[in-house]
Amino acid sequence: MLKSVLALLRRDLRLAIRHGGESLMPLLFLFAVLILVPLGVGPGPNLLSAIAPGMVWVAALLASLLALEGLFRPDLEDGTLEQWWTAPAPVGLLVATRLFSHWLITGLPVILFAPLAAQMLYLPDHALPVLLLTLLIGTPILSLIGGLASALTLGTKRGSVLLSILIFPLVVPVLIFATGAVSAVADGLSPRAHLGLLTSLLILALALAPLATTAALKLNVE
Amino acid sequence: MSELLTAEAVGFTRSGDLVFDPVDVCLQSGRALVIAGPNGSGKTTLLRLLAGILTPARGRVQRHGSLAFLGHLAAVKGDLTVRENLEFTARFCSRPGLPVNQALARVGLAGLGLRPARALSAGQKRRVGLACLLVARRDTWLLDEPYASLDDIGGELVDSLLEQHLAGGGAVALSTHQRQPRLEQAPERLLIRPPGREDE
Repeated sequence: MLKSVLALLRRDLRLAIRHGGESLMPLLFLFAVLILVPLGVGPGPNLLSAIAPGMVWVAALLASLLALEGLFRPDLEDGTLEQWWTAPAPVGLLVATRLFSHWLITGLPVILFAPLAAQMLYLPDHALPVLLLTLLIGTPILSLIGGLASALTLGTKRGSVLLSILIFPLVVPVLIFATGAVSAVADGLSPRAHLGLLTSLLILALALAPLATTAALKLNVE
Repeated sequence: MSELLTAEAVGFTRSGDLVFDPVDVCLQSGRALVIAGPNGSGKTTLLRLLAGILTPARGRVQRHGSLAFLGHLAAVKGDLTVRENLEFTARFCSRPGLPVNQALARVGLAGLGLRPARALSAGQKRRVGLACLLVARRDTWLLDEPYASLDDIGGELVDSLLEQHLAGGGAVALSTHQRQPRLEQAPERLLIRPPGREDE
């Protein structure tokens, strides 16, 4: 069972490396936002440090969204998805594996480069650990919700528009609590309430999203 | 002779209507079953029910061993090489069978291991699908049109693979509407019929 999971993870990452350009999209997005927005709103440190958490988070959100179209659709089209039901591992576990590899490709690079982004946007140094913490808690939620939405829209030929409409209301709370936590720390307040709510969202998503995604995939395979 | 898969009065509905008349299926080790029926009669649906990809609306399916499903789609990733695809299948199904090189030679693709799978022809992709059956040991093979897009030599290859699998104690169910499998022991036949009047 564990062998199947590792085999799937290995193949997903190998495919991600082979599609090098596509896999670098999250980082390119992050830096496009970081470079273009200061040009638009003006490079003043006060303004930038105020909008820094929001910008990093919007970049993380868009990066996650970009890779969703390729999360299950290629597997549905080449027939590898239906093989999941004949595998020795339960489908739910394989779904969770796929969501984890999505997070490794879209969430992790943003977290790794967030310190650099924070420097570029004059984020106060003492707010950086909280920004990283919100990304660590929040980006998995994006992958989980995104996975559910992309499984639900598999049946439509070009599901991107529907996908975005489905996702936005669900990720708004994540964005609010995450940026709220960072702003609170920057203003000298405690981020605990925001972080607690964000963590509860993660637990909710972890518990429900893989189950719901599995059910949605089953509908599409049928 | 042990039963590897049994299905009792199994049926599937699409928007409330039965796709075919519910059937009993019993796959025993060393025996082959040919599922016959005209186009659109539900051969693929039945195989997918047996594989567990679909959930039966009527009856139930019991599986007593590992199984392999080879469908219309070869389940091959075009961006990986043939060898990488086979290595994945071997690991994913956890019971290793033939080494990749031997499996490739067996299906007549020796020397093509490093070729990206998307560069293969339809028949060659089909052969990769057959090689997938060999690199991981599974008890029951469910093959949907295994002779499709294969040449005569390919057809004979499928027959010899089936023979070998049955001799090793495996079971096979396959659907076909072109070539009939030529095996030492004649396979059982199951005819799929459209749903009867009693279901209305």
